[in-house]
This record gives sequence, structure tokens and C-alpha cells, in this order.
Amino acid sequence: MKLLKLVPDHTNLDFMRWRNVALVLSLIATIVSVGYTLYHGLNLGIDFVGGQVVRVEFARPVHIDDLRTRVDQLGVGEAVPQSLGNDRTYQIRLPKPTGADSASNQIVSKLRTSIPQIYPGARVDAGESVSGKVSEELAQNSAIAIALAMIGIAIYIWVRFEWQFGVGALLTLAHDIAMTLGFFAFTRLQVDLNVVAAFLTIVGYSLNDTVVIYDRIRENLRKYRKMAILPLLNLSLNETLARTVVTSLTVLIALGILMAIGPQVIFGLAIAIFLGVLIGTYSSIYISAPVLVWLGVEPDSFLKSDEKEDAEVQPA
Amino acid sequence: MLEFPRWKVWLIGLVIAVGILLSIPSLLAGTPAAGSWPKWLPQYKISLGLDLAGGSHLLLEADAQDAQKQRLQAMEDSVATELRRDPRIDIGDISTAGGRLSFLVRDPTKVDAAVERMRGLTKPLALTGNRDWDVSVVDSTRVVLSPTVSGSAQALKDAMGVARDVVRRRIDPSGTKEITVLTEGGNRILVEVPGVEDPEALKKLIGQTARLEFKLVDQSANPADLQQGRAPPGSQVLPLADGTGAMAVKRRVMVSGDQLTDAKQSFDQDGRPNIDITFNTAGARRFGRVTQENVNKPFAIILDDKILSAPNINEPILGGRAQINGSFTVQSAHDLAVSLASGKLPVKLNVIEERTISAELGQDSIHKGVIASVISVLAVVVFMLVTYGRFGVYANIALVVNAFLILGIMAMFNATLTLPGIAGFILTIGAAVDANVLINERIREEIRRGRRLIDAVETGYHEAFRAIFDANVTHVISAAIMAYFGSGPVRGFAVVLLIGVVTSVFTAVYFTRMLVALWIRRARPRELHI
Repeated sequence: MKLLKLVPDHTNLDFMRWRNVALVLSLIATIVSVGYTLYHGLNLGIDFVGGQVVRVEFARPVHIDDLRTRVDQLGVGEAVPQSLGNDRTYQIRLPKPTGADSASNQIVSKLRTSIPQIYPGARVDAGESVSGKVSEELAQNSAIAIALAMIGIAIYIWVRFEWQFGVGALLTLAHDIAMTLGFFAFTRLQVDLNVVAAFLTIVGYSLNDTVVIYDRIRENLRKYRKMAILPLLNLSLNETLARTVVTSLTVLIALGILMAIGPQVIFGLAIAIFLGVLIGTYSSIYISAPVLVWLGVEPDSFLKSDEKEDAEVQPA
Repeated sequence: MLEFPRWKVWLIGLVIAVGILLSIPSLLAGTPAAGSWPKWLPQYKISLGLDLAGGSHLLLEADAQDAQKQRLQAMEDSVATELRRDPRIDIGDISTAGGRLSFLVRDPTKVDAAVERMRGLTKPLALTGNRDWDVSVVDSTRVVLSPTVSGSAQALKDAMGVARDVVRRRIDPSGTKEITVLTEGGNRILVEVPGVEDPEALKKLIGQTARLEFKLVDQSANPADLQQGRAPPGSQVLPLADGTGAMAVKRRVMVSGDQLTDAKQSFDQDGRPNIDITFNTAGARRFGRVTQENVNKPFAIILDDKILSAPNINEPILGGRAQINGSFTVQSAHDLAVSLASGKLPVKLNVIEERTISAELGQDSIHKGVIASVISVLAVVVFMLVTYGRFGVYANIALVVNAFLILGIMAMFNATLTLPGIAGFILTIGAAVDANVLINERIREEIRRGRRLIDAVETGYHEAFRAIFDANVTHVISAAIMAYFGSGPVRGFAVVLLIGVVTSVFTAVYFTRMLVALWIRRARPRELHI
């Protein structure tokens, strides 16, 4: 059987030749992403701003305007219906329950009984209500968690490699998160707790490629002490290219399938990780590696630390 | 590489066999084959999160003001009881204003004695040496009891423990349902009830404090004072439950709901729903004595500071039984009976978060999630096969074993599978082969460099391990943080990722290494097709 080789043997692509162009492009993209997110904001779900949501499955197709008018007539406050993929499944968002720390008002209950009366055969599949107090905590915890994960991983990379690698990892992560945020701001996809879970996953998984490439750079730095830094980075990137492509593809295949046919509730989570892996693959080549050049890593930078690096983890 | 001792082979085989065995009951759950699983084999099962099983999730928070109010009230009762005992000390002008309890001692010479007896009512707190109340004297005759900060904290902690048990008894009087009731973060209670589609009844049941008190009606109050909410000394004004007015009742409690042994919904002579209650021995004795002393006077039945009814005492009630009438429906009488029987809530609870998922949506999620998982596994398997041939087969065997191990370990710890958890499962499938990709690409590379076959395989596994280790530690860091900060479904996702990281290193590195070693030893291949 002839085996599939997506990347031919002995590639010698000059990745680093485009590093400044890539840097400028990445910088612009990051600034645009962050700017757009700050200016337009994210479409935050009730998890983070409080409010109530019901999810309805109708027996027959329903028009969104019809639904909005009829729910408005119930006097439950401003209703914002949103289609979930087809014209029979809707999510209806309602304002925050009155009283800052109570979610026990009866709007969801009212819809639960009223909607099947207005639309025979309709079924309320889910009802959620989050008070302002809880949503504030959730938003705060999410931000802390993402920041902690980024710092924790950067520190680990610093301890296992060198400080320049830690900085590189942190910048890579910041870039990946910024781009994914920009995507969510631009598409108006709802950001809920699942998406935050996805962001935390991106922090772990987008760094996967970076770690593998850094490991190879470290190995080559020790092996070829006379080689200049740019050719050495190119060599390391080319040597790991096949692995980068194959792994990213398997993860993207698995997530693509989840996005395409998986439950709608976790579409946001799936697309965020999908995107994160895609961006992470790019940034592991064009951010993680060039950062080392800018931070002045040279083949003889770590000669003194040879002894301590010999204490590697060995497979049992 | 080739030295793979027999005991290691057996050990790896054993781990895998146990993992698969543990995962089977969870896979069979809900299918007709579930009954045929032998009883002597492990029965551990993965539990489904509410987002998959359907049900209601409620987060309740203690009302801090109410907690303080109830604590003051309880103290007021014990102060009154204590000072009525011999040698009696007469007091007046009891006040609970400003969050402190204070009263006047009528005989100035007895102030010191009163303070001494008040100190006896306070309790020391563990470790700190503080007491739960401070006792002081102002204007030489007024005794003031103010709650200490640590005392209030301790009281809240105790109250939450009691509240948790009360909530559990109210939702599940028979103690047979699979519900979750947990205290969280000091002043919250998390309630998860599978199968509930409309949580409104649940919330009503939980929301009722159900503090039941019987007090004598103070007939000396004049209507003008009543209207302004003023009551004679030793009495208080309480509203009627039906909202038609108010009534003055004695502050002193005849008997309270604490002294009940049972409460049941029933009907009165006219067929209206009411509640039959039974007092315990002490309660029955007290109720008997007070009714004996107050024949032909009315007493009030008070629920959560509202007067349900105020019947006349026609004759002493000695059997320890009584009926509570009010404008009940069968449902509301039943709910109140359940609440009374489960005891009063020591603190009012507010719902601050509510999520309810129907069983249909959960079932739909499981269905789609399982299909997506199966197709993902198949796609990755095919991809690995065409890319790495024999080594792809080994990676695939490892992948499937890994899937079983994740399920097996989750079952063993009775972990909860949530919808994001399914996503975590799929992600793990995609990422788990990364270790094999790293190893296989490295072997390819070493062969291109001209190493001999066994050498190349050896170096491949050895050199790839560093990167595999570091990459997985980064996953562990983010997943652990997620498990710590996340709630419910998100935590389910993190748990799957964490377990997946550990099992995938085991299957992708150690297990495939064994497969490769055994193959090389058996077949002694000259060249490697990779």
C-alpha cells in the first residue's frame, strides 16, 4: 500500500524570509480584532450579562417577526427571538429578571405555558434564567481563568525551556485569543460559558504546535552550535512541518464533523476550538519562532545551561 | 526497544482489560442489553449531566438580611424563656432595631444578674475565643446583645447545613430520587433534579420558609393602634395571609413548627383542603397546657409571619393533634404539609440561577453527539491508516482503547458526562493521535537519516517523548484551571480533557510501543514501511 504523504520529504521552505511581512500582517490583524471587539463588543449570552432565555421547538415553521410580535403581546418585556439553524427552532431572549440577585421571576414559566397555546404543538425545550449577580461572577471567573491559564502555561514553558520561549508562548497565546475574539465580535456568534471553555482549550491546544516546534528548536540549538539562528529556525520548522500538518488536520477533521453534525448547543464551542487550532498552527510558525529572533536567541545563548538541560524526562 | 518484559505486557494488558470492563455498563445503559450484564462484574456507571438527561438546575442563595432577622428572633425567644425562669427578672421594651437585641431591666438591682444570665446564653466559637454575641449595658438599665461577625458567620454556616437537609427532604420526601443538593461557597445551595420540566413547583416548594408558630391573639389591642401597626407591650402586629387586615398577637410562642412530628394534607368537615399536624410529646404537652389555660380565647396560626387563621379555643386540645385551616387548594395544602414535615428553613433562599433542559433536547444532544463522535473516530482512523500504514493501525488500536479507557475511568469515578464533555471527547480523539504522529514522523525522519530500523524506532519514541510530555502538561494546566473555575457542563468538559490527556499518553506512547516491540520481535522486519 502506498502511504499518503501530505508533506514531501526534505522540504526546505524559507519560512523566516517572510517573518517581517507576517509580523506586520499579524499585528494589523490583532489590532483590528481587538479594536473591533472593543468598539462593537461581543454578543454576550445571558451567562455573562444576566437575563432569561427559552428554547422552543415548533411543530410548523414560524416566521421570526410573527414570533416577536406575539411574544411581545404577552407583556414579558422586550423579546429577542433568534433562529437556531432552521425556522422551527428558536431561542427567545428576554430581559434580566427584576431585582439584582434574584432569578426567580416567572417569565420563563409564563412562556412555557403560553407558547404551546399560541403555537399548537410547540415545545419549550429549555429555559434558563441568570441573575445579574451570578452573571457578574461568571464573567469575572472566566476572565481570571483565561488569564491564569495563559500565565501558567507561559511559566511552565519558561521553566522547561528559557525565558525567551516563555515570552514567545505568551505572545502566541495573546495573538490566538485576540483573533478568536475578533471572529466572535465580527460574526455576532453568542459568547456563553461553553465558548469560554473553548478559549481555555485553545490556550492549551493552540500551544501544542508551539511546544513541538520549540522542542525541536531547542534540540537543534544544541546539535548545530555553529548554525545562524534564521537557518536553524527554518530547519526546525521544516523538520516538524509534516507533523504540524498531520496533527492539525486530524484535530480539524474531528472538530469539523462536530461542527457540521453535532448538537447545535455546542456549535460555538466547536467553531471556537476549530478556529483556535487553525490560528494556532499559523502562529506557532510565524509568531512563536520569530519572537525568539527578536528576543536575541543565538545558537550559543544557552551553552551555560547545558548541564541542567541534560536532566530531561525519559520515557520509562 | 525489543526488551519488553513479560510482566509489562501483562500489566498493560490488565489495565486495558479493566478499563474496557469498567466502560461497558455505561455503554449498555438504556439499551435492551443492559439487563444481561452479569451482576458479579463491576457496575460503575457514568452519570449524565442535566444538559443530557434533562432536568432542572437551581442555584439558591441565602437571604443575608433574613438570616439575621431569624437569628435575632430566635435569640429573643431564648432571652424571654431564660428570664422567665426562677429567679424571674422582669424586662420590658424589647427591641430588635438596628440588628441588635435590647431590653430594659425593670429592677435596676437585677441588671448585673441579667447580664450574667445573658452571657450564659452566648456560646464560645471554636478556636477564635470569641463568643457569638456581645453582651453590654447602656444607660445602666438597658441590656444590649449584638451579634459578632464571626458569630454571624458561624450561624450562617450552621443554617446552610440545616437548609440543605431541609431542601433535600422537601424535594424528595421519600429519599429515593437521584437528586443533587450541595452547599456551595458558604451561602449557596446547588440543586439538581433530573426529569423536572417545569421548575416552578420546585421553586415554590423550596422557597417557602415554612416557619409555623402558634401564638395567642392579643384582644386588648385597640383598632386605631392596630391600623398604625402599633401593638400593646409584649405583642406584635402581623398581617393576615389573605391580605384583609392585621391582628395583634402575643410575642410569646405557644408552640412552633419545630415541635411537629408529622404534617399531612387532609380535608375538614366541609370538604375543604386542610393540614393535619401532630406534635411531639413536649409540643403536645405545651399545646395542651396553653389551650387549657386559654379556653374561649382565640389563637393565631402563623406561617412565615402571616396569620393563616385565628380559631377560637373551644376546649383544651390535649391529644397533640391540630388542623390548620386557611384558603388552601389541595396542591397548596399538600406543598405546605411537605414543607412543614421537612422542618422550617433556617434562612430564606432566593433563586439566583435557573437552567432547565427537557429530556427530549437532552436525548437529541446525546443522539447527535454520539453520531458525531463515531464519525469523527472513523475519519481519524482512516486518515491515520492511509498516512502511516501498519503504524497507523497501531495508533488506531491505541485510539479505540483510549476511548474505552476514558469511559472506564469516568465510570469508576462516577464522573458526569455533559454535552461539552462529548465535545471534549471528540477533541481528545483528534488530539490523542498527535503523540503517534510525533513518534511516527520522527521514525520516518530517523530512517531518512539512514539509521537502522530498530535504532530508528527506538530514537523516534525517545526523542518524541519530550515534546509529547511538554504539550500534555500545557493541556493539563488549562484543563485543571477550567475544572477549578468552571461550573456544571464546563467542568464536565474539563474532566474529559484531563482524563483524556492521561489515558492518551498511556495508550499512544506505552501501549503502541509495546505493539511495535512485539511486532518487531516476532516478524523481524528488514525495512519499515512508514
